Amino acid sequence: MLRLLQIEFIKLWNNRASKVLIISYFVLLTSIALIAAIKFDIGPVEFHLADQGIFNFPYIWHFNTFVTALFKLFLAIVIVSMMSNEYSNKTIKQNLIDGLSKKEFITSKVLTVISFALISTLFVFVVSMILGLAYSDYNEMSIIFSDLEFLPAFFIKLVGFFSFCLFLGILVKRSAFALGFLILWTIFEQVVFGLLGWKVMSWEAAKAVKRFFPLESMSNLIKEPFTRLSAVQNIGQQIGEDMKFDYHVYWYEFFIVIIWTAIFIYLSYALLKKRDL
Amino acid sequence: METILTVNHLTKKFGYLTAVNDLSFTIEKGNVYGILGPNGSGKSTTLGIILNVVNRTSGEFSWFDGSTTTHDALKKVGAIIERPNFYPYMNAIQNLRLVCKIKDVPETKIQEKLELVGLWDRRNSKFKTYSLGMKQRMAIASALLNDPEILILDEPTNGLDPQGIHQIREIIKTIANQGTTILLASHLLDEVEKVCSHVIILRKGENLYSGPVDSMLASHGFFELRSTDLDQLRTLLEKSASFGKIENFNGTLTAYLKEEMDAESLNKMLFEKGITLSHLVKRKESLEEQFLTLTKNQ
Repeated sequence: MLRLLQIEFIKLWNNRASKVLIISYFVLLTSIALIAAIKFDIGPVEFHLADQGIFNFPYIWHFNTFVTALFKLFLAIVIVSMMSNEYSNKTIKQNLIDGLSKKEFITSKVLTVISFALISTLFVFVVSMILGLAYSDYNEMSIIFSDLEFLPAFFIKLVGFFSFCLFLGILVKRSAFALGFLILWTIFEQVVFGLLGWKVMSWEAAKAVKRFFPLESMSNLIKEPFTRLSAVQNIGQQIGEDMKFDYHVYWYEFFIVIIWTAIFIYLSYALLKKRDL
Repeated sequence: METILTVNHLTKKFGYLTAVNDLSFTIEKGNVYGILGPNGSGKSTTLGIILNVVNRTSGEFSWFDGSTTTHDALKKVGAIIERPNFYPYMNAIQNLRLVCKIKDVPETKIQEKLELVGLWDRRNSKFKTYSLGMKQRMAIASALLNDPEILILDEPTNGLDPQGIHQIREIIKTIANQGTTILLASHLLDEVEKVCSHVIILRKGENLYSGPVDSMLASHGFFELRSTDLDQLRTLLEKSASFGKIENFNGTLTAYLKEEMDAESLNKMLFEKGITLSHLVKRKESLEEQFLTLTKNQ
């Protein structure tokens, strides 16, 4: 296993573009701390974002995992190109001839994806912990370590998304087209949802179906955290809108994403096995 | 003899096209094999199948008496297919390190192999800066990293300039002299003739011949003769039971033997009959002539 990871590491780390993207990604993850510095001083209105409770435990787990997940596109580019470059350089053929089995080849890619997700999760955990300890209004142990399910949700979300990228890389074999396909798929899911709700079934039912779409199920794992902010809640109450909504992570949401991950990895393997190189 | 590779009734179809048709052969340790065949005769497909990058339609192959899986066997094989494929953004050392990791061998051999192919001085240049000849030599170095039991080369001199071709051939000869089994696919007959002891001839995916180069055709060779009195020479030869077809080409007679005869006894016999020769050569058909005869007959 270590050998497979080392193989992938040599390939990635010696590629300048990948290296730059990976480093930028982790710098960006850390830079979420900069939000703390957002301050407006407009005459009597003094607004300090860090004071608005976004860094309060346990809310910070939700907020940070949601925001940092947006940066995953950087790694998506790396993952799509690490797969499709093997095709365009024909190095996949050489790898197999040199004695890597197709299974090992896929395993090395999947292990890399899992490592990326794992390191990201650790990063988010550490950064959030530091930010929280610095700015949170509540510092009791029991509060700090509540709502931690957002971290595994973050991890599974990344693994699922990256597996999808991996699969697209193998399917399309060209990184630019694979990324285009990713965007196309995002739109496609929304269009199908729209069509379902408009023509086929009720909007309620369409929403239920939508939760099973691959990308939708991944974004559904961590719902948007903004309406949970007390400031936003207050505004909502003032205008008479009840903004209470369910932000929890449920086991079946994990389950759906894990199933998709398994499907994408299996399809990647099946595709590689079937193809003549 | 230790068997390295056995191929049994191998068939590969691409849609309606049959690239390899019921192909069988074996590779024994210590020989240098050539797979010969015109373009599109299934050479690369066959190599692709035994190297696990092309899926077979039917048939079987086994490495090293079938005691290991293909995956493990490939770690004891060194192979280059068509074009050298490496990571363009990495230098020679980095690329070879990666190959060492894949083959699960220590990195100690990198310098030795790069020196063997004359690339040690350029070890820190990126692969994409190499010329085609250098890329090809780098591929050979990479294939040799695990000191393979068998080296498989697919058209190693394709697209190279004469100097590059010469370098590659010298390297192949050096490796062959060290006792490594070599399987060389090529459509260049003189290349195969120069380095191979055994040949497998393919045409349209079918095996026309496999065996030693010498016994490819059941022929005893032929004489090229010149003399002042060609007509008399010709009548004499036609009378002899040892000769079959006799051709006159630009004042040189080519007489094909039906039975074994050496040049000395022919010379003696002719001299006794009063004919002096100005030119006498005994030759075997070149591989090219044999190859054309073989492929034409089918």
